[in-house]
Amino acid sequence: MNGFGFKLSPSSAINLDKIDRTLFDELCRIEPDALRCMACGSCTATCTASGLSGMSVRKMLLNLQRGKVNETVRMISGCMLCGKCTMVCPRGIKTRRLILTVSRLYKKEEQV
Amino acid sequence: MIYQGKQKIWSDYQKEIPDDKWYYVRSCIRQNFFPASEKMFMEICRNVLGKDIYENEHHTTCGGIAYHCDTIPQETVMTIVARQFALMTEAGYENYVASCITSFGNYTEILETWNEFPELEAKIRELLWKACRKEFKKPKHLAHSSDLIFKFRNEIAEKAKFLLVNKETGEPLKVVEHIGCHYSKMFPSKGVGGAEYPYVLTGMVESWGGNIIDYPERRHCCGYGFRQYHVKANRGYSISNTHKKFESMAPYKPDMIITNCPGCPYFLDRWQYVIAEMEGKTYGQNGFGIPVFTYEEVAGLVLGYDPWDLGLQLHQTAVEPLLDKIGIEYDPEQKYKGLDRKDIMRPELPKTMKCF
Repeated sequence: MNGFGFKLSPSSAINLDKIDRTLFDELCRIEPDALRCMACGSCTATCTASGLSGMSVRKMLLNLQRGKVNETVRMISGCMLCGKCTMVCPRGIKTRRLILTVSRLYKKEEQV
Repeated sequence: MIYQGKQKIWSDYQKEIPDDKWYYVRSCIRQNFFPASEKMFMEICRNVLGKDIYENEHHTTCGGIAYHCDTIPQETVMTIVARQFALMTEAGYENYVASCITSFGNYTEILETWNEFPELEAKIRELLWKACRKEFKKPKHLAHSSDLIFKFRNEIAEKAKFLLVNKETGEPLKVVEHIGCHYSKMFPSKGVGGAEYPYVLTGMVESWGGNIIDYPERRHCCGYGFRQYHVKANRGYSISNTHKKFESMAPYKPDMIITNCPGCPYFLDRWQYVIAEMEGKTYGQNGFGIPVFTYEEVAGLVLGYDPWDLGLQLHQTAVEPLLDKIGIEYDPEQKYKGLDRKDIMRPELPKTMKCF
């Protein structure tokens, strides 16, 4: 259609009105811990996989709330489930279980 | 009176703008894009408002376009600017008004730099003397030409033949105002209303009967960004910026866009055509785009000048839907007649976006 030699890049803006929060609400129902995170980053600081794969529980919850499902599912595939994050969480969140639940809930979504 | 919100911000950022005796410098690119805007500014200042405003054919570019493209160093720009100030000094003026937003930002930045580093000013004075035997005084007041129109907005409103009002419904037109980045983002105190919510165009639109739309990406760049456009491989960044703005303003259904920068109206106007060709999407009503104007063109329309004398036929996005809304009469047959009614030829019309 056009021979302009350049194209539009998709916007990185996140429109919260257009995000489907059904799965996140379901996650919060199954794992109320998802709402207890205060984003302190202790989990990421202690994560063995973080430096290698970019894994971050804090970022996982933030991204899911922002509707960035695909990159979240890709990111948590780097988790080794060692459980160190559970030990350091000041809010006592069972992060390991949270990651497994997210993985189970959102895996289908990514394939679609 | 207790000011809150934007009124508080606006009251904090007031600017002293002298009434009269201005030395005017034109933009190096504006006359190619919107050729009647600067002419209309001089017409309004001299013949409508009766002000003393002088321009000199010997002035050049301020160098800002090359400076912001990273192709010349600031000392070179400073010497060019020093020569402009020398021309003003020779003409006996002390108030300097620039037509271009980038020039205005450039002059502001240089005056602030000289203020902080007087030894640099001394060096530039020496360079100027060696280059062309000229000396200069720094301007007492520096303004952008939109500051002047802002100052006289109520006088213009008193002489208005048309207002920014929909003649069918009687409702104020919904106007998007877009301020050039170099107006006050670098030095908020130098712009009317500051950087976050500049009042300069808002004030004009309110005085002339329109309503301003406050939309999320209001302060976002138009997309020009100098290097983003001048390097062809980067133009995707440029149009993506503009696309972001249009997507953000579209839900508010604006009737028109008013700008005060040379690049902004050009890119907001022309990129609408490119977006329409790429995405098949238009942002105005009934397949048209959103008409984009410079503030001088809007002032000219309000004062009752012929739209074709304002150069509106050179806009990519059709302006006729807005003229019809306001009730401004125009002769479609005269659209592509230039000076002395000479035929300036008709452009090929785009396939997706409706134009006349």
